Amino acid sequence: MTDTTPTREMAPARPTWHVVLVRPETMTLLLIIIGLVGASILSPFFLDASYIMRSFTLTAEMSIVALVLTMVIISGEIDLSPAANMALSACVFAWVQDAGVALPLAVIVGLLAGLAMGALNAFMSIRMQLPSIIVTIGTLIFFRGLAQIIAGDRSIRVPESFVGINAVMVFGVPLPVVIFVLCAIVLGLVLGTTVIGRQIYQIGTNQQAALHAGINAKRIKVGLFLLLGVVSAAAGMMAASRLGSVRYDLVLGGELQMVLMAMLGGTYIFGGRGTILGTFLAAWLLVIVSTGMTVANLLPAIQLTVLGILLIVAIIATNFIYARTQR
Amino acid sequence: MNLVRNILFRREAGILVMIVLFCIAVGLYKPQFLTGQSLRIILLLTPLIMIGAMAQMLVLVGRHVDLSIGSMLGFSAMVVGLMYREFPDLWWVIGFPIAIATGAVLGIFNGLLVTIFKLPSIIVTLGTLSLYRGLTFIISDARQINRSDIPSELKLMSRTSPVFDIPWIILIAFGIALMTYVIARHTQLGRQIYALGSNPEAAPLRGIDVTKVTLVVFALSGALSGLAGILYASRWGFVNPSNTGAGFEFQVIAAVVIGGVSINGGVGTVMGTVLGVLLLGCVAAALPLLGIPGSTQNAIYGSVILIALLIDRSVRQRGAASISRGGA
Repeated sequence: MTDTTPTREMAPARPTWHVVLVRPETMTLLLIIIGLVGASILSPFFLDASYIMRSFTLTAEMSIVALVLTMVIISGEIDLSPAANMALSACVFAWVQDAGVALPLAVIVGLLAGLAMGALNAFMSIRMQLPSIIVTIGTLIFFRGLAQIIAGDRSIRVPESFVGINAVMVFGVPLPVVIFVLCAIVLGLVLGTTVIGRQIYQIGTNQQAALHAGINAKRIKVGLFLLLGVVSAAAGMMAASRLGSVRYDLVLGGELQMVLMAMLGGTYIFGGRGTILGTFLAAWLLVIVSTGMTVANLLPAIQLTVLGILLIVAIIATNFIYARTQR
Repeated sequence: MNLVRNILFRREAGILVMIVLFCIAVGLYKPQFLTGQSLRIILLLTPLIMIGAMAQMLVLVGRHVDLSIGSMLGFSAMVVGLMYREFPDLWWVIGFPIAIATGAVLGIFNGLLVTIFKLPSIIVTLGTLSLYRGLTFIISDARQINRSDIPSELKLMSRTSPVFDIPWIILIAFGIALMTYVIARHTQLGRQIYALGSNPEAAPLRGIDVTKVTLVVFALSGALSGLAGILYASRWGFVNPSNTGAGFEFQVIAAVVIGGVSINGGVGTVMGTVLGVLLLGCVAAALPLLGIPGSTQNAIYGSVILIALLIDRSVRQRGAASISRGGA
């Protein structure tokens, strides 16, 4: 313990243990440990790391998107459309390659579709200054509807050579998990150590102050929406590769899980606070919870209930923690 | 004030013009669209959306949003359906107060979360959307309520009534619209909702009990969703745990936003909302007639919301510009 004598101007600094422990991320980590202990009582499978890895591939795509979504929420905006974006990009990709376009080109078309969707969100919420929460409800329906037009009620198959990203192993870890971890490290470094990262926090905390500090808030927010669009498209195609075919209802309702991951990881819904580490941990927590429920033979519907409760509890808890630590 | 009223009036006139033009355009192509029969189809498509839209209008005017209405509709319909199946001897009319009360309880739960914990309503209701949907599965054991379980008197309400043979559910929907008009225009509560939505900081300073008003708004939203739930059972004759009410919130938000209710709170009229609902009904009725597959419907709803948002913005800007010109 270093001896810091409080001066007249300074409020007494909180003790280090307080700073480290009273954080949403710590809460998430604790929940993971509790979840693991509880789940391993239900089934010994849970102490098997490769079992958890394999379960994680089911939600890895959404977890990757949730990482970028975290940055969007920290900047003070929100996007509810990435799940629909995943479905539409995957449909566009599958449709184009089904029509005879070469596979690499089809992937690029899919990514461009995602970029265009991100651009539409950015245009409506940043250029037109409409609240992103309503705009992205509109685009959510719109993207999902376009996917429905493209795919109809049938499922479009993707070629054999493209199928099976989840079966590719890198040192015994499934490729989607590796991609997720790499994305988390890169985005964590960007958000935590670079100037742009600090600017994102600044914009989310107080956009007016950020503008006066010479930060181009609009450009950064547009960049984040575009990034989210492209990453969602990539995630959509990863899902297509895992499933082997594409339907318009790919990850239907996935926006709930993505927002839930960010909230569980301690991202503040009004912007300005949150970390990539938190979302990273929350993604694992959700996998443990949902696999635990599957192992315990709970109906998918009950899992839906649990997810809803978790979301509400998570926002209440983070709001509470932030209210406490505010000085 | 006159100026603001003018803009609002023009907005409603605009929707009316759009409805008329749309109907004429479709009618030129398919003359059977302009008959009494298709009017009946249009009106039969709208009652549930109309009731949901009235609730959502009040919520939006109060500067909140309720995404859970589809799940509240499903849950209330399921409660009533289970009651009909398990206690077939009960008088069928009991279903109405039960559906409305069930919805109101769910709505109050939303309202409590929003007011006690000061949470954004959109995230709360996104959570309760899946929470209530899951509960619907749990209470129903994931089984559907079949046509035979629903009393025939209830199903008959969607087909006829003593008044000119207009189905009861249409009369009920317009009755709810009238009730909402009275609440919004002529009660203290209604004016408080508008005041709260126009300026949430100033409202408590003017002595408005923000907590109470917010709770009432969410309770109303739940109660009307519950009413829509039992009418769903009447209209379609079944209750399915996964389909009933799914996506209802999107249709309703589309109708309300088209109707000129501002997403920034404080602005919105019953007349505009009713017209918004009718426009959606016309579009939905025209699609099969024009041979456009039903799968395009979601894309149309989505694009209509986005366009309405842009129109809303330009109207607001023009309004603001002319006010500042007038003031200078």
